[in-house]
Amino acid sequence: MSATLTLSRPNRKLRRQIEAVVLVLLACASGVAVLTTIGIVLSVVYESLRFFSEVPVWKFLFGTEWAPTAEPGAFGIIPLLGGTLLITLIAILVAGPLGLLSAVYLAEYANLKARRIIKPVLELLAGIPTVVLGFFAALTVAPFIRRAGEAFGLSVASESALAAGLVMGMMIVPLISSLSDDIINAVPQSLRDGSYALGATQSETIKKVVLPAALPGIVSAFILATSRAIGETMIVVMAAGLAANLTFNPLAAVTTVTVQIAALLVGDQEFDSAKTLSAFALGLILFIITLALNVVALRVVRKYREAYE
Amino acid sequence: MNSSDLTAKRRSAERRFKYYGLAAIAVTVIFLAILILDIVVKALPAFTVNQLVLPVTIDATKVDASNPAAGDFPALLKETLAKEFPDVQSRGDKKKLNALLSARAADGLQEQVASDPSLIGKTIAVPISLSSGADLHLKGFTDAQLDEKQAAWLAALKDKGFIQHGFAWSFFTQGDSREPESAGIKGALIGSILVICVTLMFALPLGVAAALYLEEFAPKNRMTDLIEVNINNLAAVPSIIFGLLGLAVFLNGFGLPRSTALVGGLVLALLVLPTIIIASRAAIRSVPPSIKEAALGVGASHMQAVFHHVLPLAVPGILTGTILGVARALGETAPLLMIGMIAFIVDVPHGFTDAATVLPVQVFLWSDLPEAAFKSRTAAAILVLLVLLFCINAVAIYLRNKFERRW
Repeated sequence: MSATLTLSRPNRKLRRQIEAVVLVLLACASGVAVLTTIGIVLSVVYESLRFFSEVPVWKFLFGTEWAPTAEPGAFGIIPLLGGTLLITLIAILVAGPLGLLSAVYLAEYANLKARRIIKPVLELLAGIPTVVLGFFAALTVAPFIRRAGEAFGLSVASESALAAGLVMGMMIVPLISSLSDDIINAVPQSLRDGSYALGATQSETIKKVVLPAALPGIVSAFILATSRAIGETMIVVMAAGLAANLTFNPLAAVTTVTVQIAALLVGDQEFDSAKTLSAFALGLILFIITLALNVVALRVVRKYREAYE
Repeated sequence: MNSSDLTAKRRSAERRFKYYGLAAIAVTVIFLAILILDIVVKALPAFTVNQLVLPVTIDATKVDASNPAAGDFPALLKETLAKEFPDVQSRGDKKKLNALLSARAADGLQEQVASDPSLIGKTIAVPISLSSGADLHLKGFTDAQLDEKQAAWLAALKDKGFIQHGFAWSFFTQGDSREPESAGIKGALIGSILVICVTLMFALPLGVAAALYLEEFAPKNRMTDLIEVNINNLAAVPSIIFGLLGLAVFLNGFGLPRSTALVGGLVLALLVLPTIIIASRAAIRSVPPSIKEAALGVGASHMQAVFHHVLPLAVPGILTGTILGVARALGETAPLLMIGMIAFIVDVPHGFTDAATVLPVQVFLWSDLPEAAFKSRTAAAILVLLVLLFCINAVAIYLRNKFERRW
């Protein structure tokens, strides 16, 4: 006993030193996440600056022609943004109603047993790799839409924006429904009780009380879903086209920012051509757009939380 | 309008609204069912294979006993097949007949004879792979690109009992190939395992350490806030951007070898790090403070209390989060395309610095190929990937249910 007591003094000193080292290591680990962000920003910005030294920024941002492999190449991002917007819009038009209505049913109507079955099924859909959804979009949905369109006498591109958008929409349904489900559940029961006491039915309560109360959260769920759709790569790489068309016809083939990044950087590359560097400029635009959407979504959620706590 | 009419209207509106919700869920479930059914139906042909089992005489004039591996085995097979159809004489017809065999049909025979030269001069029955077109034709596909003569020959071979139908083990034991009949997923599977190992090696310790720091030790100041906001935003950055980071930093910056499991694993580790940190923090937070306080009360240091008491109790939650992160990494494709994991690789990788590909990338590569046989192979690879993901998720759910404690 006395031996351990005499030993404990230097031990305690050693322990303190070791703990100080461990603490520094732990802090460093959390710094890796910050380093990753810095790494992303630096690498993308650095290569973009090299690109902008060859192609003027205004030509990149406002050009309406995208032909990186042509001689001389045209690097106008407008048709890519147009294509991204078109496919994202289709995806949100599909996922918005489906996701929101599923969430309302899960949160307000479904009993515990139904929830226990439906939620894992939605999670299953969320867990399917996007390359699988891309395969399905390209080989099953796109030919189906093409045949259906021809039956009505419409000309449908074999890589139509509609096929990619539809499947992407289905991919986003679980995201919107789980976020909205949480938000609807967070609406205080007292608001519903108040509405019932005034004689409103359940659906009237949902439409006139619950959803308006949950609106900020739902809006942020939609913003996050939009950001996810804009950044999604594999579905569009496999099911959307490569040709940059500036059109809002969902039956035509369009291309997106992510498709072009993938197309430009897959295969052999030289790191001094404007063609390869333009992929980083596209990456920068993609990063800025998705980051802005996420920041807005988080801010909306935070404001909403303050209202009930 | 009287009040009972109005009540009826409100009731039907009530019912309708409920059905909208059910319909939305039904559409989603039906989509999922069609997706899985479609892939299963497309995949099934790839799991079985038709092989030709012919008695082949290993002619000593064609195969030199001193160097059996250099023998002309393809010619041997062609002769054996020609003997079955003595009336096939014209050059064009002979070519068509030989086209029934796979371009790599003689590989198995060559291997067998090379390992056992005593077979030379004997007649042995060996399974010979058919071309993918012949295989598909025997499975009943009408678009198998065989003409009438070839179909008749195949039927004759089948009538004589030379066609053997069995499970396609080669799909799991072979690497990638340009010939659909000999393309397998072994290389991609091993590649996926290697990549996931690297991902776990980096992401798990870093993620847990970061979570411990942020949850237990970090001072509440602007720096900590910044790290937290940063982690939340990083979790929502598109995965392809991580590919750009890997390309610019790991490949061009550090000069790590392209297309390797090492770089793929590192990129995916950064990708899933935020997920693991967020899940680990939640697990650590759910351990009641009374446990830590008890440890502190009997004289443990803060660090001891956390490492001896809080962390062990948070392990199930951390594991569940990590497994879900791994599942995400296993299905990820886009960032790996950026770092060159898309090369055509026949050899199965043996280490972290060998050129490798992973299962989702293999799916992507095959889906682009025009041959009908590759279509079913793509679907089969998808099915393997989905089964793998399903098992991983099942383990996570099992762990969560078994070890989850309500305090």
